[in-house]
Amino acid sequence: MSLRGAIAIVGAAESTRLGKIPDMSALQLHVDAALNALADAGLRPSDIDGVASAGELPNDVADYLGIVPEYLDATNVGGSSYMLHVRHAMAAIASGLCSTVLVTHGESGRSRVGMQPWAPAPQSMMGQLEVPYGPVGAPSLFPIGVRRYMAEYGMSEEQFAMVPVVQREWASRNPRAKLREPITVEGVLSSPVIADPIHLAHCCLVTDGGGALVLMSAERAKDLGAAAPPVYVLGAGESSESSVVSGLASLTSSRAIERAGSAALVQAEIAHSDVDHLMIYDAFAHVPLYGLEDLGFVGRGEAAAFVADRNTAPGGALPLNTNGGGLSYTHTGMYGMFAIQESVRQVRGTAPAQVEGVDVSVAVGVGGMFMSSGTLVLGSEATLG
Amino acid sequence: MKPVASPTPDTQEWFDRIDAGELTVAHCRSCALRFLYPRMCCPDCGSRSVELLPASGRGSVASWVVNHRGPEAFAKEAPYVIALVRLEEGPLLMSNILIDDPDVVSVDLPVRAEFEQRGERRVVQFVPEVETT
Repeated sequence: MSLRGAIAIVGAAESTRLGKIPDMSALQLHVDAALNALADAGLRPSDIDGVASAGELPNDVADYLGIVPEYLDATNVGGSSYMLHVRHAMAAIASGLCSTVLVTHGESGRSRVGMQPWAPAPQSMMGQLEVPYGPVGAPSLFPIGVRRYMAEYGMSEEQFAMVPVVQREWASRNPRAKLREPITVEGVLSSPVIADPIHLAHCCLVTDGGGALVLMSAERAKDLGAAAPPVYVLGAGESSESSVVSGLASLTSSRAIERAGSAALVQAEIAHSDVDHLMIYDAFAHVPLYGLEDLGFVGRGEAAAFVADRNTAPGGALPLNTNGGGLSYTHTGMYGMFAIQESVRQVRGTAPAQVEGVDVSVAVGVGGMFMSSGTLVLGSEATLG
Repeated sequence: MKPVASPTPDTQEWFDRIDAGELTVAHCRSCALRFLYPRMCCPDCGSRSVELLPASGRGSVASWVVNHRGPEAFAKEAPYVIALVRLEEGPLLMSNILIDDPDVVSVDLPVRAEFEQRGERRVVQFVPEVETT
C-alpha cells in the first residue's frame, strides 16, 4: 500500500514572535505555535487526537491544551525529529490509530526559559570520548569533517563562504528573518574564527521560537475547508547514525541523510528534476553541501561549486533555504520544524521570498552532528495526479 | 580541571588500560572487525565475543578543527586542535593534536599516541609522528 499523498498538512504556523522572547518558556512556545497552527486549520484543541513533540514531552503539550490523546510520539533525535513525527503520523493516520495529529516544536534556545542547560551527560559516549578534548559543543564537533572535504574535493574557503552569502540574499527578502543585511565572501572570511575553518558567519543563529503542524488524511483535508489549501505528504524517510562524530562512517557525507532522502524520494515517486524547492537543515554552512550530495542533487564534491555558481540563489535552478535558513532566519536548536514550515509556505504560495510555481518541495532535517536525518517530500494538489 | 571520562561497563576496561598507558581497540573474535567505541557486541555481525587488543598507537589525522574558543578549562590554550585520528587498526578516535602551531596539521598527517596525566586518570593524546618544528 503506497502512502504517497495519503495525509496532508492542513495547519502550519510558527510562534507569534521569533528571536529573543525572554517572557515565554519553551513549553509556552510549543503551545503558542500550536494555537496558531490550529487557527490556520480552523480547528480547536478538542479536534486533535494525536500529539507529537520533541523538546517538551507530547503528554505535557497535550495536557496544557486539554487534549487526552489516543496517539503520542515523543521521538527525539535532535533537529530532524519533526520530519520523523510527520512520517510516523502518516503511518498512524493511514492505519487508523488516530485521525488528527498535532506536531509541536518550541525552544527557548537563546533565553533558556524553562530549559535544562546544555551539557552532555558525563557517562554518555560524547561525555566520555569527546568532552575531554575541549569541544564547544556543535561548533567544534559538527564541522570536524570539513577540512577533509576541502582536501578531497578541493573546496576553497571562498566557495564555502558562498553558502552564507547566498542564504543571506534569501533572508534579505524575508522581513521575519533575523539577519537581513547583505554579506560578502570577504565579510564571511573576516568574521571571527570559531573553530577553523568555521567562522561566525558559517554558524547558525541561536534564537527562541516555535512551530507546529496539523495533519489529517488527504480525504478529510479536502473537505475541511481550511483557508489554505492542503499540502500533501508525498514521501518521507528517516535514518540515524552515530551520536559521536568518531563513529560516523564518512567525514565527507552522511549515511543518515542519504538513506532518509532516498526513501522519501522513492516513496514520492519523483525524480530530482521534479523538485521545485529545497530546504536542507543548516546548523552550519557545510550541512547543506553534504545534503545536496547525499540526496543526489549533485555528484560527490560538486556541491560547493553548485552553490558558488548561484544555482541555489534567488533566480537559480534549485532554490535552497529560501527563508534564509538557520544561518540567517532563525535557529532555536532543533531547527527542522522551520524547514518544514518554509516548505509548506512555498507549496501554498505564501512565502515571503516566494519561488514561482512550487508544486514539489523537499525538506531535509538533520539531528545532532549527522546523528539522524529525516526527509519529507511535500506537494500541492497538482502532484496527486 | 579539564574533564575526564566517567567510564561505563562498556568502556571501563578500555579506559583502565589507557590509565595503564596502553591504547586498545575492540576486536570481534567472530568476524575480525576492529572498532571503537568499545561495546559488548560487534557492530557488524552482532557477536558477543569481543575483546580489546593492543593498538600500535600510530594513526593519521582524518580531519580536524582549530578551536579558537574553548570551555573554561581549555580557553587559555586556544587556539588548539581537535582532531579525529584514524588509527592504524581502522577505527576513528577523537583527540587533541598537541602541537605549538596548528597550521602544521594537515589531512593524513601521521601521528602517534601519548598519554596525558589528568588528575587520577590518563587521557590519550596524539603528537605528530615526525618533529614538525
